[in-house]
Amino acid sequence: MTRARFEERLFGTLKVLSIGFFVVVSLFPLVYMVGLSFKPIQELLRDPTNIVPSWEQIRSLETYRAVLRPQSEGGQGFLLFIRNSTIVATSTVLLTLGFGILAAYAVARLNFFGKRSVSLGIILIYLFPAVVVSIPLFVMFSRIGLRSSLLGLIVVYLASTLPVTLYMLRGYFQSIPKELEEAGMVDGLSRAGVIWKITLPLAAPAVAATALYVFMIAWNEFLYALLFVLENRQLWTLSLGLQQLDTQEVPKTMLMAGSVIITIPVIVLFFAAERFLTEGLTAGGVKG
Amino acid sequence: MSTQSIKAGRSGLARRENRLGIGLVMPAVVVVGALVVFPLIWNVALSLQPARLLNIRNVSVFGFTPTLRNYRVVTQDLDFWPVLWTTFVYTIFGTILSIGIGLWAALTLQKTFKGRGMVRGLTLFPYVVPVIAAAFVWKMMLNPTFGIINEWIAAGGGQRIDFLGTKSQEVHLLGLTFSIPLALITVILFEAWRYFPFAFLFILAALQSLPKDVEEAAIVDGATLSQRFWYVTLPQLGPVLSVLFLLRFIWTFNKFDDVFLLTGGGAGTRVITVKIIDWLLGRADVGAAAALGMILAGILLILMAVYFKWFYQEEAA
Repeated sequence: MTRARFEERLFGTLKVLSIGFFVVVSLFPLVYMVGLSFKPIQELLRDPTNIVPSWEQIRSLETYRAVLRPQSEGGQGFLLFIRNSTIVATSTVLLTLGFGILAAYAVARLNFFGKRSVSLGIILIYLFPAVVVSIPLFVMFSRIGLRSSLLGLIVVYLASTLPVTLYMLRGYFQSIPKELEEAGMVDGLSRAGVIWKITLPLAAPAVAATALYVFMIAWNEFLYALLFVLENRQLWTLSLGLQQLDTQEVPKTMLMAGSVIITIPVIVLFFAAERFLTEGLTAGGVKG
Repeated sequence: MSTQSIKAGRSGLARRENRLGIGLVMPAVVVVGALVVFPLIWNVALSLQPARLLNIRNVSVFGFTPTLRNYRVVTQDLDFWPVLWTTFVYTIFGTILSIGIGLWAALTLQKTFKGRGMVRGLTLFPYVVPVIAAAFVWKMMLNPTFGIINEWIAAGGGQRIDFLGTKSQEVHLLGLTFSIPLALITVILFEAWRYFPFAFLFILAALQSLPKDVEEAAIVDGATLSQRFWYVTLPQLGPVLSVLFLLRFIWTFNKFDDVFLLTGGGAGTRVITVKIIDWLLGRADVGAAAALGMILAGILLILMAVYFKWFYQEEAA
């Protein structure tokens, strides 16, 4: 057998093994999470290798009910956390897109004083450590009374997602042919009309991808939530709530149910828009 | 129309464009300026004055006598050098492993096979799952009393291992005994698992845009698969790999959530970001946290400067 033939066969076999490896490694943790999320903790302790829940357990949804029930009824009050996370994430998306679309359009299309510094500033801030920004913000918010409020959290998320939004949208706006806009101008549209009627519809996929990405950042965020709303349980987001409930008193399978709850929206959104997102991610070089 | 009035008309248009541009950018610039740039400047001030969590309302913005007390406190802390060392080990190995596995995944999933689209989608799971959920599942799977990994180890006759709680583990191999930093290795593996999809996406995109004829020429010349990879494909991936390395290095260096959620910084995994939050919340010393934050930013700036100098010289050569 020649070396070339030998290698073809070797790598052919390795490829099959590799595909199996990647499927297992990516999927198994999620299967484990979903499986355990239906079980009472006693059953997990009795037989830790059995991760398949019984039909009754799935139908009764007991762990999920316990996690979602308000604290006053002996549950963990996750409905409240879901509400908080939803408010924070959606507000962040709307605000960021509002500010971001205008600024990205200007940087992509118009000549103005300071344009280069804005472009450079975006990249620098994008690479800068969030932990370092969080310390002075913590002090600032304590002083002006924005700590312990969802508004404060939204404002911080807005500022921290704006650079990436600008970066992703700018690239897309630049790829739209200028002639289309000029044609609109010739037909008598104002600049606002051009943005609204021509640029935005054309950029819809990029705007959608950016919106999803910003939603995911705000939905998953943990550090700022820990610093800003820890003191008031009523304001906890899902991430913070889950982390705070990781104690001796709370059964671990309930935490798995909580993990499934926080994961579902992200996975659904991601696969609803996978194509946009993967293109957007690679085009923008997105942080993680 | 005279040339002069055309010129005037143009400059009028340019002025209007200038005004419009500034107007459109302004809201975003104000938000980022107030919530990122201003705090960063203030952080310098905070690091130069004694500031405790208790008297946070009296902390001054600019009117104070600067002192290096915070920098002394932070660098003389017994933990300082071990934390720096851990941060570098975590960052370097986390970065290399995630890119290496990403490259492997991209090569594996590049050519067509049945179900490729689905497998590609699945491999993105680790990256999109919220970090808190990912960290919990890992903690569950690795739990010494009921985690599935330990069940499998026990079933195979091995000893149960506390992966995330063991600072150093004695390993006997080929008659040699040495100790490995087990918790740190586990955290690095988590990092590699979580971020390989990011590298995978980038490398796959780069692979798909490579010209086909170079590879075909190599096949005609009788190059084997491994030779083609080593001498043809890999050199062409150079630019994307170096950009990935830079991005992943910076982001891993700045990463807080992953280590904090997995170990809380215990068992020899305390990285610099966890230490900063430890100063801030645990020891209520805002000034020290700010000073360590400045050190983190400083190291990062130096590394980036070195990288760009080296990178751009490569480009020019």
